[in-house]
Amino acid sequence: MSERELTMAAAIAEAIGQEMQRDENVFVMGEDVAKYGGIFGATGGLLDQFGPERVMDTPISETAFIGAATGAAAEGMRPIVELMFVDFFGVCMDQIYNHMAKNTYMSGGNVRLPVVLTTAIGGGYNDAAQHSQCLYGLFAHTPGLKIVVPSNAYDAKGLMASAIRDDNPVMYFFHKGIMGLPWMAYFTGSTTAVPEEPYTIPFGQANVVREGSDVTIVTLSQMVHKSVIAAEALAQDGISAEIIDLRTLVPLDKETILNSVRKTGRLCVADEDYLSFGLSGEIAAIIAENLDSVNLKGPVKRIAVPDVPIPYTRPLEQVVIPQVADIESTIRSMVS
Amino acid sequence: MEPTKEHLLWMYEQMLIIRDFEETMVNVYLEGKLPPNIQEGLAFDIGGGPVPGEMHLAAGQEPVAVGTCAHLNDNDTITGTHRPHHFAIAKGIPLNALAAEMFGKVTGLGRGKGGHMHLFSVDKKFGCSGIIGAGMPQACGAALAAKKKGKDWVAVTFFGEGAANQGSFHESLNLAAVWKLPVVFICEDNKYAISVTREESTAIANNADRAAGYGVPGVRVENNDAVEVYDVVGEAIARARRGEGPSLIEVSTDRYLGHFQGDAEAYRPKDEVQKLRENDPIDRLKQQVMAAGVSEAEEAQVRARAKAAVEAAYTFARESPYPDVSEATQHVFV
Repeated sequence: MSERELTMAAAIAEAIGQEMQRDENVFVMGEDVAKYGGIFGATGGLLDQFGPERVMDTPISETAFIGAATGAAAEGMRPIVELMFVDFFGVCMDQIYNHMAKNTYMSGGNVRLPVVLTTAIGGGYNDAAQHSQCLYGLFAHTPGLKIVVPSNAYDAKGLMASAIRDDNPVMYFFHKGIMGLPWMAYFTGSTTAVPEEPYTIPFGQANVVREGSDVTIVTLSQMVHKSVIAAEALAQDGISAEIIDLRTLVPLDKETILNSVRKTGRLCVADEDYLSFGLSGEIAAIIAENLDSVNLKGPVKRIAVPDVPIPYTRPLEQVVIPQVADIESTIRSMVS
Repeated sequence: MEPTKEHLLWMYEQMLIIRDFEETMVNVYLEGKLPPNIQEGLAFDIGGGPVPGEMHLAAGQEPVAVGTCAHLNDNDTITGTHRPHHFAIAKGIPLNALAAEMFGKVTGLGRGKGGHMHLFSVDKKFGCSGIIGAGMPQACGAALAAKKKGKDWVAVTFFGEGAANQGSFHESLNLAAVWKLPVVFICEDNKYAISVTREESTAIANNADRAAGYGVPGVRVENNDAVEVYDVVGEAIARARRGEGPSLIEVSTDRYLGHFQGDAEAYRPKDEVQKLRENDPIDRLKQQVMAAGVSEAEEAQVRARAKAAVEAAYTFARESPYPDVSEATQHVFV
């Protein structure tokens, strides 16, 4: 019997639906999450299942409804609130950065905020500078937010269930190019077998997607799939790449990264966020801080967006967003 | 404020250009996005073809653009939205550079870097944004600059009825009012914020009523009619030029196409657009143009000129080169 496969969008919606059945305090709100089912399908079918009291379309008022999610969470509700594109954070950042992320700490741990903030990330389909960013590094930088960045349907469901059950604010970033949407090309490796029953995947456990001995690729989200394709090509030439899918940035599974680089002696970080002051630098710093136990055979390499906004036109976007060929050539340069 | 014959004819020609530009794009946009030449299993690929990415078209919303821009000159500023073509064209943005930007070509307004939601022209004092409500504060800034320079320039900001629920709307109106800035706030009520209707999103029926909260004039134009917009917005712009401060105008208008191209519009009654098209604002303006004494031959000439301009722009865009990849890292700073 073949296992049931789901797209990542369907897996996320299923996890939310199952948690809504489990706990009446869970509800969903955001722009176009009800009738439309979420622009990227993350809440598809939930309105029919749970009705408009629990699946709420909002006005275009992110400061109000994301702030309201924080307020409702403080009262014991478990809101899931969608920011349509992460790029839109600017209009509501104060509510996220200064309140959702800090109220627990400022209250000496007394205020609990079990809120999940979902948001779409990533480029590759020419949506230009204000609709193509990843920005998880920006939010991971702020203390007080757990950061989840799934790469496939199986992980997406389990991580969503964990996010909803967590008593802390969780930001959950789904890449548009792995959601399995019928209107956007995607990496099919993200559509996976997904058990029907609810399950959780704990935060802070990276997934070794592929074992290897020559080089460690630390990556996440859509870049996992690009890395896998690159690793398969490299294997043809006898280069063995280990791929680590971080799954969550906060908490970060440092041990899995360190153990892998201890084994391979080489680190390449493949990231779709901006290069400087972000995820790739953070991973490199972890290695640098542990050089007493890691023997590097060569310099750390970082593949990321080279500190420019995402250009609209295809030839420039292709250059700016790391591609399979970039990963492949970087790894070749490291092991040669 | 009554339009002259020249203004009537200008508005008519602009509306024809806008409609043709947008409806041409409907088909061009589909190139390379449909089976069988896309990933198996997909019905549509938003990233395919010569014009990839999101595409928000303004067919049906021409009256608000032309009725407003008829009163503007190159010293006046416009800030706008993710659905910007109609007021970009009416403001005088060259069609060739506009079309080339959609095709991502180096001859485009932003050398292909901006794309259709992010159009900028220093010459025409024009900018727009993909972020809802983002144009309003910047219009206040343009108006502040005009005031500081002692000029009678005005700034006009276009935004949708959905954006009237953003903080930037309220903050900008108050700022403009308290500083008596020459800004005209134009709310395009096309009834839908993607799938969310104004009844679902907005506590009051008329956004112009919100002007009272900031002590500025507020007027709603009901009929998606270029001449009515011309009249009401003309008064507001004249008032701003006289240094009497901002106004808020809401214009009822109609989005004939989806929020973006490819939108299945499951949230919208099926025959709604068909009914709207039966009372099309271009047809109505044509009657007024003819009544003003324009001859059949003159009207035909305008129509032919509009069609030729759009055709030439698309040809120019297709034939233009892409930017060199070395440009990817240029222009982060000047």
